Amino acid sequence: MAQIIIKNLRKDFGDFTAVKESSFTIENGEFFMLLGPSGCGKTTTLRMIAGLELPTSGEVYIDGEEVSQKRASERDIAFVFQMFALYPHLNVRQNISYPLKSQRMPKREIKAKVDEVAGILGIEDILNKPVGGLSGGDRQRVALGRAIVREPKAFMMDEPLGALDAEFREHMTEELRALHDRMGATTVYVTHDQLEAMQMGDKIVVMNHGSVEQFGVPQEIYDWPATLFVADFIGSPSMNLLRFNGSIATGDTMVSLDGQDLEIPEQLQAASGDLVFGVRPEHVSMNDNSAYRGEVTATEYLGTTRIITIDTPNGVLKARVPASQVFTVGETHGLEFNPRTISIFDETSGTALLSKANKGVLDHG
Amino acid sequence: MSGFSVTEPSKRQKWFAGLLVITYAVVTLLPLLWIIATGFKSPADSISYPPKVLFEPTLEGYVNLFSTRTRITPSMRETLVEPTTWYEQIARDSGTVIAGPSRYGQRFLNSVIIGFGSTFLSIFFGTLAAYAFSRFKVPIKEDLLFFILSTRMMPPIAVAIPIFLMFRQLGLNDTQLGMILLYTAVNLSLSVWLLKGFIDEIPLEYEEAALIDGYTRFQAFYKVVLPQAATGIASTAIFCLIFAWNEYAFAVLLTSGTAQTAPPFIPTIIGIGGQDWPAVAAGATIFLIPVMIFTILLRKHLLSGITFGAVRK
Repeated sequence: MAQIIIKNLRKDFGDFTAVKESSFTIENGEFFMLLGPSGCGKTTTLRMIAGLELPTSGEVYIDGEEVSQKRASERDIAFVFQMFALYPHLNVRQNISYPLKSQRMPKREIKAKVDEVAGILGIEDILNKPVGGLSGGDRQRVALGRAIVREPKAFMMDEPLGALDAEFREHMTEELRALHDRMGATTVYVTHDQLEAMQMGDKIVVMNHGSVEQFGVPQEIYDWPATLFVADFIGSPSMNLLRFNGSIATGDTMVSLDGQDLEIPEQLQAASGDLVFGVRPEHVSMNDNSAYRGEVTATEYLGTTRIITIDTPNGVLKARVPASQVFTVGETHGLEFNPRTISIFDETSGTALLSKANKGVLDHG
Repeated sequence: MSGFSVTEPSKRQKWFAGLLVITYAVVTLLPLLWIIATGFKSPADSISYPPKVLFEPTLEGYVNLFSTRTRITPSMRETLVEPTTWYEQIARDSGTVIAGPSRYGQRFLNSVIIGFGSTFLSIFFGTLAAYAFSRFKVPIKEDLLFFILSTRMMPPIAVAIPIFLMFRQLGLNDTQLGMILLYTAVNLSLSVWLLKGFIDEIPLEYEEAALIDGYTRFQAFYKVVLPQAATGIASTAIFCLIFAWNEYAFAVLLTSGTAQTAPPFIPTIIGIGGQDWPAVAAGATIFLIPVMIFTILLRKHLLSGITFGAVRK
């Protein structure tokens, strides 16, 4: 069990910078998500924490000890690979006992440990099978077993659910989270699936092009994205980004879109030029008293809710409305935005402007 | 199941394929069978025309192969005591007495030592080099690999004279060690290239898992990579052994006595006491056996080695 601190971690591959000076802290016992699109540097970051890749510069502290130039075997961490990397020439029991063998643990103790882990994971019945014939889920469990059997300081997981089919993924998500709650071990988990990150993570780091975009608990990141990238990447459908040209002064509580004044949280930062009005689909509602109007171009029925696609003067927008509200394509409606949830972004810098509402979140990130 | 299937070959296709395989087997095996049969013929039968397919088998060829003999006249024969062993009897029947053992056994042993010795070294160094080429950043890697391969591009005879001169300087002429080193050098290019291909196919993740699990790089190599490269190692070993076992040009130039292998020795049998084809055939037959056993033992690996990497797992 350990706290992991990443300080100015950087990795260059020749001319290409995979990770740019990242810093964040993973608290003891946290289920920590490294989230981002492919090629954003999240896996490289994980591999640097694990010791499979040496950083170009920067520091990694595991349990207070600086380990950035140490070997993987000296860091006392476990790693679950995307393709599981079960040793194909060994059976399930041998796979799980492999890390214990390297510690020269007595045979009897190894057996007891493996049996205990197999019990936790519910794989007692396949212990003597070769790993070749196992189903995806069982492979996953064996890989987890190999990780937890040695009780490492921390777990690294590189998209461990990526190789499973959708239905089983759902199930393993719960199983993983339950396992983490039971063991309470610090876990660093890489994924490109924002839903997975929100479901499981205590904290999320969103990465893009090798840099950290935002770092915080899932709800803060969802509600108050620090950058346009995060706003667009998190959420399904993602945050509506209405582009407009205007200016904002400190203390403003109104912004003008297409000649209509819309209420926003009190701004703490002035800006002008190309700005973006960000609102989550669930904070858009239909109100024909509103002067800000748009035309319905599509509707999707999702059971409890409906996603309505609307053409507005500032671009296309999606609204999440109760399924009981029926709208027809071609109709024009007034739109209302929940004023307490609005984020304003500066399009040029790509970052959110500070307001009274997001100050608490953005200040610490 | 009835009717037509797209993927399953039809009965007629199967018959045709089977026939093709059998024909090919007959064509390739016929000379082999002829050699084996000739080994059991009498010298007269072996050169009779038309060739004899059915004949009375005799071990004369094998006796001649393993012995040196002296021709005796019928009058001398009267004075000798009756032979006590079956091979002396055979020699006596063909009008000779056995003077001593031939050098075939020793030449054969040379072949075994040099063949297996150089195969072991080729595989040992080849695996290490292939692993390094596959996994590590090696400066001018591509050039080195090409250089290694280029040693195969000229015929052995082109380098035989320089090697002969070098060996003479180093005192390696006509020594087992010299031949082992030479065959290892020749085979290394093959083994490095083949094994690099096999090791490239093994996902890096297995080693990384082992590194994380607390093993050193070298432990990860021999505990995780080697078992998975077993198939590749087996098929590479077969190729190396077959080369070293059958090699003739270097052997005939660089060995003459103590380190002479079987291939240059077998033809010299022809000169001893007339054209003794059964003895030559017997020598060739016995010479086939070790490679055959080796290949059969590793057959399973060889088959999966050939198709290795064809299907993405």
